[in-house]
Parts: sequence; C-alpha cells; structure tokens
Amino acid sequence: MTTHVRHLRGLTIATAITLLVALALVFFYVPFDANQGFIQKIFYIHVPLAIVSLVGYVLGGVFAVAYLRTGERAWDMRSYTAIHMALIFSVAGLVSGSIWAKGSWGHWWVWSEPTLVAYLIVILLYCTYQPLRFSIEDFERQSRYAAVFAIVCGAFVPINFMVVRLSVNYLHPHILNLEGGNLPGSMKLTFYTSLLAISLLYATLMKYEMAAKMTRIETRRLRRRLLGEDAMRPLGRSAAPQ
Amino acid sequence: MRTALTILRKDLLLELRTLEMLPAMAMLAVITFVIFHFGLSRDTLSGQLAAGELTVTLLFSAMLGINRLFVAEREQGGFDAFLLAPVDRSAMLLAKATALYIYLALLELVALPAFALFAAPPHMGSSLPALILFLALSNGAFAVIGTFVSAIAVHTRARDLIGPMIGLPLLLPALIATSLGIGPLLTVHASGSPSGKWLAVLALYDLFTALLAYAVFDFLLEE
Repeated sequence: MTTHVRHLRGLTIATAITLLVALALVFFYVPFDANQGFIQKIFYIHVPLAIVSLVGYVLGGVFAVAYLRTGERAWDMRSYTAIHMALIFSVAGLVSGSIWAKGSWGHWWVWSEPTLVAYLIVILLYCTYQPLRFSIEDFERQSRYAAVFAIVCGAFVPINFMVVRLSVNYLHPHILNLEGGNLPGSMKLTFYTSLLAISLLYATLMKYEMAAKMTRIETRRLRRRLLGEDAMRPLGRSAAPQ
Repeated sequence: MRTALTILRKDLLLELRTLEMLPAMAMLAVITFVIFHFGLSRDTLSGQLAAGELTVTLLFSAMLGINRLFVAEREQGGFDAFLLAPVDRSAMLLAKATALYIYLALLELVALPAFALFAAPPHMGSSLPALILFLALSNGAFAVIGTFVSAIAVHTRARDLIGPMIGLPLLLPALIATSLGIGPLLTVHASGSPSGKWLAVLALYDLFTALLAYAVFDFLLEE
C-alpha cells in the first residue's frame, strides 16, 4: 500500500507549483490575442484539459491490456481511475470549450467543428463505463469486461476523431494549430506550461484516488481479520474495483 | 470454421423455427417509417433527409436483433456447453456476426421496399446498386460491433440498457459514413455512382472493428 502514497507529497507540491506558474503566465505574461482578446486565454486551460483527457482514455486502455495480460487487480484499479479522471477532465474540457465557442463564435455549440463533435461522442461512450461495471455483479467478470471495454474504446478514440473530421465540409479556421507552427514564443511557452500543469494535476488526482481506494480495501481486510467475517457488512455492488 | 458453421446453422434453424427476431425487426422498421412520416410531415423525402431516415430506422431495428443475439445461449446454457467443448472461441464471434449479418440483410429486404414506398425518394431505382453496396458494408460494422456489444451486455443485469448505450456511440462512425454516403444518391440530380470516400471509410471501419473484436472476444467468453 505504501507504494501508492510514497511519491504523493512530492507530486502534490510539484503540481501546485506548476499550476500556479501556469496560471500566472496565462493571466500576467502572455499577451492578448490580436483577434479575440481576453476570451482566447481560455485556450490555455481548455486545450490541455482536452488533450490530457483523451490521453487518459487511451491510457485506460493500455492499463486494461496490462490487466488482461497479468491478471493483477492493481492494473484494473489503474485503468478504472485513469478513465474516471479522464471523464471528469473531459467534462471540464467540454464546458470550457463551450464557453470559448460562445465567446469567439457566438454559439454555445457548433456542429461544424469536428473536434467538438468527436469529443462529445467519446464522452458519451465513456459515460457507459461506470454503468457497465455497476451492472455486472461478479467482481472478476466486472474487471475483465471493463478491461475489454477500455481497450476497444481506447482504440476507438482516434478512429472516431478521424471519421468525424472527414464528415464536416466546412472547417472553422483553426486559430491556433497544435503543432505550434504559428504560435508566437510567449504563447507557446504558456501553452506547454499549462499542458504540463494539467498533466501533473491528472496524475496527482489519479494517484490520490488510487491511494484512497487501496486504503479502503486494506482497511476492510484488516477489520475482517480483527473482528471476524460476521462483523463485516456484505459488499454491495459497486462500479469501482474491489 | 466447422464450429462456426455449426453454430450458425443452429442459430438460423432456431430463428426459422421460433421466428422470434426477424418479424419484430421488420415490423419495427415499417412502423418507424410511418412514425417518421408523421414526425417530419412530408409525403416524399430526398437527399440527406431520406438517407437519415433510412439509416436511423435500420439502426434501431438492428438494435432489437443485437439485444437478443445471445439470449438463448445464456438462458439455455449454450455458453457453458460451448466453453466445455474443445473448440476455438473465435468461432462464436464469427458465427454470431454472420448470423446477425444475415438477419440485417433479410431485414433490408423488407425495409428497402417499404422505404421506397413510404418515403418515395427520387432515383431509387438507378441508385439501388450503390445503395446496396453501402448497406452491405455498413451491415458488416453493425454485425461485428453488434456481436461484441451483445456479448458484453448479455452478462449484465440491465442487458437491454447496456447494449444500446455502448453500441450506439461505437456505431456512430459507420452511421456517419453510411448516411453521408447514401444522401447524395437520393437527391434529384443524383448520378447513381457512390462516393468512394465514404465506401473507403466504411470498409476501413469494418476492418478495424473486425480486428479489434477478434483480438478481445476471447476474454468475453471465459467463465
């Protein structure tokens, strides 16, 4: 259990510092965008959130492969927390994207923006991850099926983005492309700092969730040893790995 | 291969004797066309509107079949028997996907004439070969994803809910490609030749789903 909390303090401090630096850069250092002004600054939060959440989904699939190969519960737990956190991040990404769209294009939702639509489809798909886990009673089967789901959907994420991108005839001009080709130096620095900060935040929150879940399992195991099997309330069905 | 054929024969025979699924799927398709007629309040449809009506109707009818695909296996112990037998597990995927493909093709035998009758899109006759080509490819994605989703959902408590919830987002790329590919075929100025782009997307998506399902399907059948 200690392995899960060992690096937690250092990681938390690093995350807090990077996040503060990133926010300071966003608000005090980087200049206003020539066309969009202040609203463009949401870019430094929204795009990292979106990137990190999508990477998180794929990561959940990679962990799921490791679970199916090794059969160790820890991998199932990692896969679960990766997807759980990615889901939270992507809801934040969707909301921030919607605000940006309203600010710069005048609409809360823009169907002709393929990235937005593909992102929504991915979120809708992953919203079924927890209901799926919850509706399978046998824990071993639950983990196995969730792993299969995570692998298939992790592979689906990039494919889905390609198909949705093909389906839109009229593309909004991409104000800032992600290769950084037309980003000025100050914006590039701010963007990458934000990306690092959000990635660290993702890793930290994931670690915390893992630590909390592992501690709960450990506590339960100790209580059972101390008080005997009869004193334990039977486990209810749960979406989280047990 | 022989195992797959045996399972397929068993499934088709079962369907032929009970007629549980196909009539319901066809009925749902026809009633959905009628519902669309009142929902859209149009006597004839063309272009993207017609394509959307057709693909969505086929999707919902397919969902009925997908939900029931493994029910007999679960309720009558077919899974246990299959796991006891010394055969390749992938045979189940192949057999079930083929069975679903055949059901979908039979469904379309009823749904397409009904669509031509109720929606009366222009140039239905001249673009029929291209239309069939699109449906043949989209049925592939429906069959594979449907089998995969059904195999997951049949072991869950809320079987009928989990299936469509996972299946619909996974089917969206195929749905987009089919609908946008069929749309131009049903316009007034249609040329009758299919768009290569969407055929390629559908074919690639079929391949992608088939490989993926083949890779993970074994894990769904362990006991």
